[in-house]
Amino acid sequence: MLVCGGTGCHASAGELLFENLKKEVQENDLKDEVQVVATGCFGFCEKGPIVKIIPDNTFYVQVKPEDAKELVSEHAIKGRKVKRLLYTDPVKKEQIQDSKHMGFYKKQLRIALRNCGMIDPENIDEYLAADGYEAMGRVLLEMKPEDAIQEVLDAGLRGRGGGGFPTGLKWQIASKNHADQKYVVCNADEGDPGAFMDRSILEGDPHTVLEAMVINGFCINATKGLIYIRAEYPLAIKRLKIAIDQAREYGLLGKDILGSGFDFDVEIRYGAGAFVCGEETALIHSMEGERCEPTFKPPFPAQSGYLGKPTNVNNVETYANIPVIFNKGAKWFASIGTEKSKGTKVFALAGKINNVGLIEVPMGITLREVIFEIGGGIQGGKKFKAVQTGGPSGGCLTDEHLDTPIDFDNLLAVGSMMGSGGMIVMDEDDCMVAVSQFYLEFTVEESCGKCSPCRIGNKRLYELLGKITKGQGTEDDLDNLRNLSDVIKDSSLCGLGQTSPNPVLSTLDNFYEEYLAHVNEQKCFAGQCKELIRYEIIPENCVGCTVCARNCPVNCISGERKQVHTIDQSLCIKCNACMEKCKFNAVTII
Amino acid sequence: MTKIKSLADLKKMKSDLQSKISLREKSENPEGKVVIRVGMGTSGIASGAKEIMEFLMEETEKRNVDAIVTQTGDMGYSYAEPTVEVKLPDQDPVVFGDVDKKKADNIIEKYIKNGELLDGIIPQNYETIDKK
Amino acid sequence: MELIKLKIDNRTVEVEKGTTIFHAAKKLGIEIPTLCYMNLGDLKIEHKPGGCRVCVVEVEGRRNLAPACATECFEGMEVQTHNVRVLNARKTVLELILSDHPFDCLICAKSGTCDLQDMAIKMGVRSIPYQGEKSTYKPDFSPAIIREMDKCIMCRRCETMCNDFQTVGVLSGINRGFESVVAPAFERDLDHSECTYCGQCVAVCPTGALTEVDHTTQLIRDLADPKKTVVVQTAPAVRAALGEAFGLEPGTLVTGKMVSALRRLGFDYVFDTDFAADLTIMEEGSELLDRLTRFLGGDKEVKLPMLTSCCPGWVNFFEYHFPDMRDIPSTARSPQQMFGSIAKTYFADKIETNRKEMVVVSVMPCVAKKYECTREEFKVDGNPDVDYSISTRELAHLIKRTNMDFASLPEEDFDKPLGESTGAAVIFGTTGGVIEAAVRTAYEIHTGKSLEKVDFEQLRGFEGIRKASVDFEGTEIKIGIAHGLGHARKLLDDIKAGKSDFHAIEIMACPGGCIGGGGQPLHHGDPSVIKARQKAIYQEDAGKAIRKSHENPYIKKLYEEFLEKPMSEKAHHLLHTHYFDKKRKDVLLD
Repeated sequence: MLVCGGTGCHASAGELLFENLKKEVQENDLKDEVQVVATGCFGFCEKGPIVKIIPDNTFYVQVKPEDAKELVSEHAIKGRKVKRLLYTDPVKKEQIQDSKHMGFYKKQLRIALRNCGMIDPENIDEYLAADGYEAMGRVLLEMKPEDAIQEVLDAGLRGRGGGGFPTGLKWQIASKNHADQKYVVCNADEGDPGAFMDRSILEGDPHTVLEAMVINGFCINATKGLIYIRAEYPLAIKRLKIAIDQAREYGLLGKDILGSGFDFDVEIRYGAGAFVCGEETALIHSMEGERCEPTFKPPFPAQSGYLGKPTNVNNVETYANIPVIFNKGAKWFASIGTEKSKGTKVFALAGKINNVGLIEVPMGITLREVIFEIGGGIQGGKKFKAVQTGGPSGGCLTDEHLDTPIDFDNLLAVGSMMGSGGMIVMDEDDCMVAVSQFYLEFTVEESCGKCSPCRIGNKRLYELLGKITKGQGTEDDLDNLRNLSDVIKDSSLCGLGQTSPNPVLSTLDNFYEEYLAHVNEQKCFAGQCKELIRYEIIPENCVGCTVCARNCPVNCISGERKQVHTIDQSLCIKCNACMEKCKFNAVTII
Repeated sequence: MTKIKSLADLKKMKSDLQSKISLREKSENPEGKVVIRVGMGTSGIASGAKEIMEFLMEETEKRNVDAIVTQTGDMGYSYAEPTVEVKLPDQDPVVFGDVDKKKADNIIEKYIKNGELLDGIIPQNYETIDKK
Repeated sequence: MELIKLKIDNRTVEVEKGTTIFHAAKKLGIEIPTLCYMNLGDLKIEHKPGGCRVCVVEVEGRRNLAPACATECFEGMEVQTHNVRVLNARKTVLELILSDHPFDCLICAKSGTCDLQDMAIKMGVRSIPYQGEKSTYKPDFSPAIIREMDKCIMCRRCETMCNDFQTVGVLSGINRGFESVVAPAFERDLDHSECTYCGQCVAVCPTGALTEVDHTTQLIRDLADPKKTVVVQTAPAVRAALGEAFGLEPGTLVTGKMVSALRRLGFDYVFDTDFAADLTIMEEGSELLDRLTRFLGGDKEVKLPMLTSCCPGWVNFFEYHFPDMRDIPSTARSPQQMFGSIAKTYFADKIETNRKEMVVVSVMPCVAKKYECTREEFKVDGNPDVDYSISTRELAHLIKRTNMDFASLPEEDFDKPLGESTGAAVIFGTTGGVIEAAVRTAYEIHTGKSLEKVDFEQLRGFEGIRKASVDFEGTEIKIGIAHGLGHARKLLDDIKAGKSDFHAIEIMACPGGCIGGGGQPLHHGDPSVIKARQKAIYQEDAGKAIRKSHENPYIKKLYEEFLEKPMSEKAHHLLHTHYFDKKRKDVLLD
């Protein structure tokens, strides 16, 4: 008996259920036959607590502690399913007996990550056994480039690096520009802090990227592929190198691949880890040995890219979808997702969420499902406050956006973006002003410095936010903040500057009262802005145990044993040590 | 390694490899082996997956468990690294999270030897694409 | 050419396909402001990084504002150049730039000629709402150029001149974001870089970030010192540009007024570098004839083509970048140095003084000359042949500072003997001039015949690289001409590869030759100014009674009385030099 021990189910009395089941098993003397095991999250928290019985795969939902007796006596002893606890299909109104037939409860669908965690990435044979290079073989030997491009167009795949540009269209444009040499570039310069799907794909399934690059090369008539990867990804680089060597040995890279007459080979280029290198023109300049700065488009890389030649740049996750499109067909791929965003998207769940990790979900899933089901809800049972999608330049969305189906256009419409798939969840303890300052700190650091609004504007935004978090801001500053954000967004050269004010704008829109509290009342509701809070001891709760005083690093707490203690505000550095150590809830933040 | 020269070669190679793998993992096959996969992405390794993998390799050999210990990429459960997947012959694979040496020891002794499940297994909460 | 129609500010304009909004607007008389864009027309230098974002305009249907300088027009495009959104963005961007700029306009060297200052006036900036940290850098004082990067606005024009036009590659953007700045590699000083001091960066800098070393204060002191004999020499290009600083049309010759201004400033002798230019022809022309005669006589050791050596930026360039070819240029010193050498020997003897009590000052269109006169090989017992060099701009300042009304100054003549010159010397100021002057003399010496027509039109022009041949009575002399070090590099690469069949090559570092020098009044990106100066130079030549260097009576006299003959031992000692291998080998070591 597998009992969900995820935090979501835990909150709905899962723990007591677990204990009751164990007790029942013991009392019925079934210890040798039945084992009660707590598991991780099933990702179906909405219907928790969940109990799954194996080996018959019965899936019970919303099980209460008092149901333990019946489960043991009926299912374990008599082998009869407890029907009232089975999951009922909301559409067909049928009870599902067997979890093998209710895959839909699994909100995730792994396409790009299909082989990650399944195969040995350093063994090409395992990739081959998983249909590896078959799509490439069929494209090279049985398709014309224009038909292959059409397949990608029909699939409706859009770039997973953030921009969401239709991949097939990109290939089509590159294929129509003629030159003696063209290039295919894989953008593996994953720069969003917290996002690591590209790294995971390269580490877990490097061949899929190589296979897709060959297909890409064939489609646009390029014979050289370059993978631009940040040097901070040593394991990904190592596995890529092994994969390239193995593919060459099998003749899957190199001259006359599979007897098709098509030559293609791949080289690795290293980046030094600048965020702006994710922008394709900056990436190309970096590969050329130039300063990594974006240049105005047009010309697009498809017209004049690496060394001035037509170049197609796609991101790792985009490529990871390509072999599947050819193996399963464009129609199948296009059946997943929303009208304008097809397929799945990998997200890196992070922040105040229980199941931190990588997930891959079909486009169109709601933020609520991602956060509260797959993600298992908020840590410590705290209240959800905001979710930031799209990395450091995405916007912060609130509970009113939780039911928005996730796709490229919907996220843009509500003031955020898909980005490369970072998703950071915040709870009631997060101050939104401090959060936007945190993101601005990143963009200030990562701006290339080429255009004035991004170079100076973001710095000024950061400084203004700093002023506000210190309680020195005014309402005029809030107006300046908005104007500056609008202008930076409107007039910056590349995507970095055009999106960097998103955290500010979205928090101004969604949490304006928090900004007002900072400037008008010098108050930070979340208790995060150190200059605006003070620690006080609640006399009624203080027993005079002296623990706080002994742990204070600056000795600013005084008081006799068994007497109420006091904090000297002039010395307090707001390190939170007293509050952490107090066992009597006698320290509070005002 | 020899070069694969045509699509037919490639397909043949695939079916050979697939049957080799399924033969290895089927229980009716007397040579059926336990397959242990350790999640060896950057986050796994940072959480100690390498030590766990070494431990499992050494200990399965020492304790005469007929197992193949192999590495794989990130399974996505960052909150529960290191992660280890164990596939007993003819059974669905089971993923264990937060594996330390003690847990690894339990995996060998309790799960692999006796088929006894352990607390903290991670249910597979995603759909895979069927390959064809 | 395909024509397209578009509307700018609701007015229709027809332009060629590929035209940018900036130029289309110009056709309608709309001047869109910009701080970084630069187009030097015939010089084929177009700098449009799209970085300052001051030129942003609204394009109907476009999500964000577009930079007018880089955005190409399309059929049916509708552009607004001054609606509220545009004006607000433009002003905000300017305010941001100003918020990171020192407020020392009153005492800045560029005050009055600063593009940023003009822009602030134009936009009516009265306050800077965005205040914060300012970039601060240690000023860099080299012998010729001062870098005060606090004042840099990252327009990057200097980089285009240094890297693309001159191929010197000293200046480039380093660091990121707010910290980014234009500097030599590893933030070295210019003095520790491969800078040639051509001064083209100074010539295009819109602000006071790059200026020349100022010697005017030193000059005023020396002029006031009764113990010192202060001698001035003025380069040919100065007279064709000085008037611009007093509001005269570009191309106005002000030779006579310049002479009287210098005399009023208190110089004891007002001489002309042109005299030394004639002397240069005698030496360099003789060297060329000598090499040619040996070559035509079958001497395989002789180095051809011979390259001119009057330009100090060019000399620095080959010492740094082509040190292995330093035996190819003529050994003749530049006119400035020949003048200094003769002034402090021959002339000092004549007026019965010694070099220690004589101060030789040059007025040059150049900043590299400031460095040239500090070279150790041009000193005798530590006393330099030329004490210091001031630029055309410094002379203009000095004239204003000493209360002269330039327009009402009388026309006066240079002093004798070092003030007499020929038309051949005057054309040293423009590209192609040195070689034309050399041909005039070499032809007559070689053939023994008198030229009927001294104008060699085939050597004139504005193309970066020009090729011509001159018939020396049956012997064809092939001549190459390059202005701009990038063009020079091409010719040098050809020589290195054995692909060059020239006998002589003239090289000038600056666009147009000395008339476009780094010390001239700023052309503010208008290349027609340089062309007008060129016209004036040829006009002065045409008006001269004597137009061949070897016919200058005072030159003849100088040889008779002092130097004996061209290439004599004395001439070698006083008028020739040698070159050094300055290739930096330490760049990566420290």
